[in-house]
Amino acid sequence: MDSVFAAIAQAPEDPILGVTVAYNKDPSPIKLNLGVGAYRTEEGKPLVLNVVRKAEQFLVNDQSRVKEYLPILGLAEFNKLSAKLILGDGCAAIEENRVATAQCLSGTGSLRVGAEFLAKHYHQHTIYIPLPSWGNHLKVFTMAGLSVKTYRYYDPTTRGLNFQGLLEDLGAAPAGAMVLLHACAHNPTGVDPTLEQWEQIRQLIRSKGLLPFFDSAYQGFASGSLDADAQPVRMFVADGGECLVAQSYAKNMGLYGERVGALSIVCKAADVASRVESQLKLVIRPMYSNPPIHGASIAATILKNSDMYDEWKIELKAMADRIISMRKQLFDALSARGTPGDWSHIIKQIGMFTFTGLNSDQVAFMTKEYHIYMTSDGRISMAGLSSKTVPHLADAIHAAVTRGCYKQI
Amino acid sequence: MKQNKRSNCNLQGNETNLRDKIVISRKQYQIQRRKRSNKTSEHPHAFQDHFNKLLGGIRFADFPYMSIPTLTSTFVGGEMAIRRAMSGRTAVVGARSMSSWWRSVEPAPKDPILGVTEAFLADPNPDKVNVGVGAYRDDNGKPVVLECVREAERRIAGHLNMEYLPMGGSVKMVEETLKLAYGVNSELIKDKRIAAVQALSGTGACRLFADFQKRFRPDSQIYIPVPTWANHHNIWRDAHVPQKTYHYYHPESRGLDFAAMMDDIKNAPNGSFFLLHACAHNPTGVDPSEEQWREISHEFKVKGHFAFFDMAYQGFASGDPERDAKSIRIFLEDGHYFGIAQSYAKNMGLYGQRVGCLSVLCEDEKQAVAVKSQLQQLARPMYSNPPVHGALIVSTILSDPDLKKVWLKEVKVMADRIIGMRTALRGNLEKLGSPLSWQHITNQIGMFCYSGLTPEQVDRLTNEFHIYMTRNGRISMAGVTTGNVEYLATAIHEVTKSASTC
Repeated sequence: MDSVFAAIAQAPEDPILGVTVAYNKDPSPIKLNLGVGAYRTEEGKPLVLNVVRKAEQFLVNDQSRVKEYLPILGLAEFNKLSAKLILGDGCAAIEENRVATAQCLSGTGSLRVGAEFLAKHYHQHTIYIPLPSWGNHLKVFTMAGLSVKTYRYYDPTTRGLNFQGLLEDLGAAPAGAMVLLHACAHNPTGVDPTLEQWEQIRQLIRSKGLLPFFDSAYQGFASGSLDADAQPVRMFVADGGECLVAQSYAKNMGLYGERVGALSIVCKAADVASRVESQLKLVIRPMYSNPPIHGASIAATILKNSDMYDEWKIELKAMADRIISMRKQLFDALSARGTPGDWSHIIKQIGMFTFTGLNSDQVAFMTKEYHIYMTSDGRISMAGLSSKTVPHLADAIHAAVTRGCYKQI
Repeated sequence: MKQNKRSNCNLQGNETNLRDKIVISRKQYQIQRRKRSNKTSEHPHAFQDHFNKLLGGIRFADFPYMSIPTLTSTFVGGEMAIRRAMSGRTAVVGARSMSSWWRSVEPAPKDPILGVTEAFLADPNPDKVNVGVGAYRDDNGKPVVLECVREAERRIAGHLNMEYLPMGGSVKMVEETLKLAYGVNSELIKDKRIAAVQALSGTGACRLFADFQKRFRPDSQIYIPVPTWANHHNIWRDAHVPQKTYHYYHPESRGLDFAAMMDDIKNAPNGSFFLLHACAHNPTGVDPSEEQWREISHEFKVKGHFAFFDMAYQGFASGDPERDAKSIRIFLEDGHYFGIAQSYAKNMGLYGQRVGCLSVLCEDEKQAVAVKSQLQQLARPMYSNPPVHGALIVSTILSDPDLKKVWLKEVKVMADRIIGMRTALRGNLEKLGSPLSWQHITNQIGMFCYSGLTPEQVDRLTNEFHIYMTRNGRISMAGVTTGNVEYLATAIHEVTKSASTC
């Protein structure tokens, strides 16, 4: 008998996760992984936050805990605390019971559940995502049945925000279209609008009746302040309008593999929110029935215990500060080497990633000659750098940039 | 199943009529608009008034939500008016704020299975019994965390990081899981012919396979047994794979309708995809015998059908994981290529951890690599990579021979307790002098007993006796204890004693 799947071709490696696969295969002792956005310590090690370890121990020692199924929408306590984290204390929408929240599998899962809900219940089926965006966004929305368009975002000449282009493109979008917004620390560019720009974006989106869908994967991780990083989302919610928010605890709580996240849908009225919640269950049940309990329990333990919460804020700021310091060090190292070009974007951009502006040839060169692994769009994860490895990276960038086979970066 | 009023509507006809009407009404509206003098601010509900007049008393609420995109796709800018019309609200002059995008979202029906537990929890009656959801309970009616699991967690906590797993999940956990399904010394594992990924328990494994089937065999359908776990239908539907059914349960004998099942297998087009429950069929507890499995396997060969096994209860059915995998071993002997969804929810009590595995048997290693890569491509836009904790528990237990022995013992204890409860329930009913036959309670296997109770009898059990189960009469034997079996038997006897058949 032949296999019914005999004709299946091998899929290409995921561009982001594939970087780590290639890195792992490399035997060089000086290899550097600047691919996937997972935080590393100065020693280049993964980090489990102390407060997470505490929460874990607490859970393990609690003999009364069982492993029963969570409800379809997940751990209720976690959902409430999650909504509060992103929307803020005293948020009117929460107090008025206008927020439907579902625990989902990290940011990806929250986006996918939200997208499937939109594909089923929303009258418009086009979502606008920034150019560029995290590679998986396109796949998530397409798999859910939405059609994806882009709006201008990154300006390669300034390595900053193409604000005019953004306003024009969103202004031209049909009424009711969905818009994906990176709440902070845009991935992959690290380029965020200023608060003034956010206000203009908000006004435009509301006046055109566009539906905002926030991807919040770095709250607290970008500036070091949970509240500051949540400002754009809160501005939109404060105007009384509706939106979706996908939250992830992968980076800011270091819970990566536990897949902890939440999808919140802010509605105009409480009865609407409750109906929306019921329909979210119908999306989730045929996908995985109910979400995994372990990570969300850790997160809830930390969020609801004020000592642990404070501890978390401190550790979070430390991670953010280390990254900001790596930016400064890399910038200084390139300046010291006299590497041609303007590298100020390294310190202007925010969050885990820097969009270096290097092209794929230069990236390939750096991988081959310097064993530096990054995505071919020139994105480097600052979290993967340390004071020890900055010189190596600076050397590699310098070499790549001063090679003869390019015109301008 | 009660027909919902909405589903009685002739959707196709009405949708076309409405679309025509909208198109016409839009043209008329635009003409009228042009005729009006330049106004900077128009009455915000002008179109809605026009629309309402045109369509009169048609109740949009009679149409399911799916009509909305159809209705409004030809028409931009007036969807707010349609929404208002749908909510039945009349125009409010001067209302300035836009209404919710979700005004017309209907409240979803409660999940038939999980809704039972919700209702149970809300009941204050001290005698209440939950024989609804299939989660194991000990003889005190309490959830159980296996000792081997507690030990595994002690070893894990504080020692490992929480980095992302690869998209395909924990390699170690998948390896151990394949051994359970395919045999510890399976040549197929050695030859790397099995494409396998960690999945979100059984549901996640089925959904990944359904998405995979849709993408690579887009013209295929799935044959699903009647009855089956309700969520199977949801899964393949959301994956956009058309469904057909095949005969399975025989109500009169409360056993397998083998002849009809074989007919359906024979009559299906060659190369059809079939969903099979590997053991402990949910919800009926009725499994084919070994001889019947051999016949099924033979016929599948003749027809070139693809078997997809949902194995959620390995070890849990008979107490012996090897025995419970018999159907799979038969298909292996006969040289089929098939797929398996495995779950650790019940047999390791890891319910909420969402640990499972999807495997697809291939012709060779190259094909397995290709298939696995494609499965990962489907997982990436769903959740990127699977949760690590539960997988760690599984691999810790299964890769430690001593801990694995503990697990096997604990699984047998759970299975034995359930078998004991079956005997007790049947015994009690017979002792009460029930006029009906309750043989099926001990003939059936696994967590569930398809009692044969009617929905009305189930309602009586709930309303009068505070006994909670799904309305198809499925009893979760795991919820039966020495403490409540007599009460349960008495109640069942009470609602069935006047029935000549059940």
